[in-house]
Amino acid sequence: MEQLLDILRELHPETDFEKETSLIDDGILASFDIVMLITRIEEEFDVVIPAKEIVPNNFNSAKALYALIKKIGEQDD
Amino acid sequence: MKRTSKTVIGVILACIVFVGALILVSRLLRPKYHDTLIEGHLAGEYYRETISHDVLFVGDCEVFSNFSPVTLFDEYGITSYIRGSAQQLVWQSYYLLEDALKTETPKVVVYNVLALKYGVPQSEAYNRITLDGMRWGSAKVGAIRASMTEDEDFMSYAFPLLRYHDRILSLTEEDWRYWLNDGAPVSFKGYLMRTEVRPATETPVPPVLKDKHLPKESMEWLSRMAALCEEKGIALVLIKSPSIEPYWYPEWDADVEAFAKSHGLRYDNMIAENGEIGIDMQTDTCDMGQHLNVYGAEKLSRWFGAVLKEEYGLTDHRGEAPYEADYAALSERYEQEKLRLRSEDN
Amino acid sequence: MLFASWAFLLFLAVLVPVYFLVPKRIQWTVLLAFNAVFVVYAGWIGAIFMAVTVATVYGATRLFDASFTRQKETLAAMKATHTKEERKRARLGFEKRRRLVLILTLLVNFGILFALKYGALIGRLSAGLFGVEPFGQNLALTMGISFYTFSTVGYLLDVYRESIPAERNPLKLALFTSFFPLLVQGPITRFETVGKALTEAHAFDGKRFLSASLRIAWGYWKKLIVADRLLVAVKALCARPNVYRGDFVLVEMLLYAACLYADFTGGIDITIGVGEMLGVTVEENFFRPYFSKSIAEYWRRWHITLGEWFKRYVYYPLSVSKPMRSLSKSTRRFGAGVSRRVPVYLATVLVWALTGIWHGSNLTFLVWGLLNGVVILLSEELKPLYARFHARFPRLTESAFYRGFTVIRTVLLLSSLRILDCYPTVGEAFSSFFSMFTTWNWGAVFRGGIQSLGLSYADYAIAFVGVIAMFTLSMVQRKGAIRTRILKRGTVFSVCALLVLIGTILIFGRYGFGFDASQFIYNRF
Repeated sequence: MEQLLDILRELHPETDFEKETSLIDDGILASFDIVMLITRIEEEFDVVIPAKEIVPNNFNSAKALYALIKKIGEQDD
Repeated sequence: MKRTSKTVIGVILACIVFVGALILVSRLLRPKYHDTLIEGHLAGEYYRETISHDVLFVGDCEVFSNFSPVTLFDEYGITSYIRGSAQQLVWQSYYLLEDALKTETPKVVVYNVLALKYGVPQSEAYNRITLDGMRWGSAKVGAIRASMTEDEDFMSYAFPLLRYHDRILSLTEEDWRYWLNDGAPVSFKGYLMRTEVRPATETPVPPVLKDKHLPKESMEWLSRMAALCEEKGIALVLIKSPSIEPYWYPEWDADVEAFAKSHGLRYDNMIAENGEIGIDMQTDTCDMGQHLNVYGAEKLSRWFGAVLKEEYGLTDHRGEAPYEADYAALSERYEQEKLRLRSEDN
Repeated sequence: MLFASWAFLLFLAVLVPVYFLVPKRIQWTVLLAFNAVFVVYAGWIGAIFMAVTVATVYGATRLFDASFTRQKETLAAMKATHTKEERKRARLGFEKRRRLVLILTLLVNFGILFALKYGALIGRLSAGLFGVEPFGQNLALTMGISFYTFSTVGYLLDVYRESIPAERNPLKLALFTSFFPLLVQGPITRFETVGKALTEAHAFDGKRFLSASLRIAWGYWKKLIVADRLLVAVKALCARPNVYRGDFVLVEMLLYAACLYADFTGGIDITIGVGEMLGVTVEENFFRPYFSKSIAEYWRRWHITLGEWFKRYVYYPLSVSKPMRSLSKSTRRFGAGVSRRVPVYLATVLVWALTGIWHGSNLTFLVWGLLNGVVILLSEELKPLYARFHARFPRLTESAFYRGFTVIRTVLLLSSLRILDCYPTVGEAFSSFFSMFTTWNWGAVFRGGIQSLGLSYADYAIAFVGVIAMFTLSMVQRKGAIRTRILKRGTVFSVCALLVLIGTILIFGRYGFGFDASQFIYNRF
């Protein structure tokens, strides 16, 4: 989780990702950021997020995103 | 329950106010045809008549400029009315006649044949000038349907606001003055007086005629007009007014001649009869041969009145009530207008 | 059928009572029948293309569904008897077949769209290149095809990704594809929401009807009073790029910004209002777009459904696709910054090229789309610089003045880009744009210049009042939906508001035969 928060802070240092729960709906994370984020997640976690999982619900909070990463990571095995 | 009925009443009231306001605005925005484009006033003035007429003229500007009902009455006691307007197409003449025949049955209907050259709707503006003043009824609906050009729609005749709404940007004093009343008549039983003299300087050179015959469509409408008159026992007379411009082709003349013969109608080509009538295109026209001025119109009316009287045995209504009083008032206005226009010309 | 036509109003006047009077069970089939009338009225050819889309997408989605079921069964059966490798191979076999069906279906549907959109252009190009007769010159887009193709293909891709199950009833898919208000100006909708809502039963609701009527009337108000009026001047300005240069171009930009906003949002208001009248919620397509502080934000607030579609079905899939990831990895030697940017940049450029092409077949649209992408990428790169500026001058950058400045900057920027959308060639667009900086002719603009564009000063005044009205409502809207507030004040008040809208449209709208006032100038004899 800490690793993910680091990546997020790298993108938007001004946002408190531990508290924020509507990153997409409030327009904090733009499509640009999301693709950057996915690329970074692949680098750090070795997890590829498929296009169909790129929906607001999965990206609205750091927690939801972490859950997604874990889910995909388990599936791969 | 109480609240619901209150709401219903409120909504109904709002709608009534809305419709009322729209009617007022619509009346304000329609062209008034009183001081400008006065030909548009002609169709509506007919409904102000309180007497019936023995003769009805129908047709385009060659009737409303060239015949004077006042002269016809003063000289022969013939009561007449002109239902004509600018570029009045044959089906419009048909429907204006049908409209008039709902309330009176004249003895003679005179139709001027110039507009037969148009077989299809011509111009939206002229349509409006002819149709706007008509009263609502089957005749108006028929006239609108027959007259619409390609881009027009019936709705904008039914609700003139749809047509004239953009006049809001160009309202004039005339619009405010005649907002709620139509104003005094501009015609003398359908006759529009002009007093200028502008002689015809040269004989018109006609362009080569492409189609040698009058359009089939116009001739069909003319047949319908003939049938309508026959049904009502009215004598239909076809005339070509003595105006020499626009050019009246011999081919067209032959078509009308043939039609008159086959239907047993009288047809007068007055251009040929100009000498006999005494029309002089140096003094009797206000625009170089297109329309007669009041002097020409009176000459023509004197001549044509004699023809009508002799051929159709029309009653002399002079001295009869209510005709005498009606014409006396008209005659006075007529003479005043003549003086006014003359002083304007000088 | 255009929104501003008697035919459309008549259609609506017949549909609405019939829709609510028929038994709820057959309500959606009645709507389908009306849609069919609407589509066929626009032309048989369009109806056939639409039928092809429905048939192919329906067939493909049912195949996907069957394939998913069989895949699950097969894999479950193999679990005990086969190795992991074998199971993976079996799964890939299923995936491959599905991909083949998908590609074929996409080819058919985008093929139709492409042929209609670019047929004429390709015909002209090949005539120039090979000296053959130019072909396809009479091809024209059929009604709504750009919109419904995207909506329906979106559904196809959702089923393909297993996000939603396939619809079993082809008529329901046909209903979604042909929903008539969407065929005029969009928006692009999703089957999950609109498609489902269309087939549900809806009872008549007086309040909703009134609310919907208000929205429709406001849509017409914007379209007929502002958009159709300003369009006259915009067209006149763009038709003669050699004459109207310099400051005229700025006038054109601003008039076009107002005109396009009024036209597009007005049309969408009518669409959404019609949906609301029938009880169907259609996605919003705008969110006060001219209040955006950057081009990227603007594109999240203008034509939202198109942006969402491209993001969902092109941008994200492309940027996380295998080739893109390997490309990204292969550029790592140039540094992490470069390799991370590769997917974003490529996907952005591609999406903007496609967005440009979607808007029109002219080269100007492609350039316009790409420039949008460039601006967005540039401002993304400049972000650190902005951050430093903000840190340095916090008092200035947090002021309302600065916010206003960013909004105006964005409107000017997007209007500058839109110049490409107005002029026939890229060259003329650029030349017109740069003439703004070389030619100072405000004098000519105001000494009769803007009066020569087919509008009188009174017309400009009316359009200006309309723009002010739109702006004011947008400001008020920030504090809550306006219609809710009108409706709260009671039915009578709402009806009055509606009548005022209708009345002003009737009087001040630009419609009907009197469109050109000079047509009524009649020379006396």
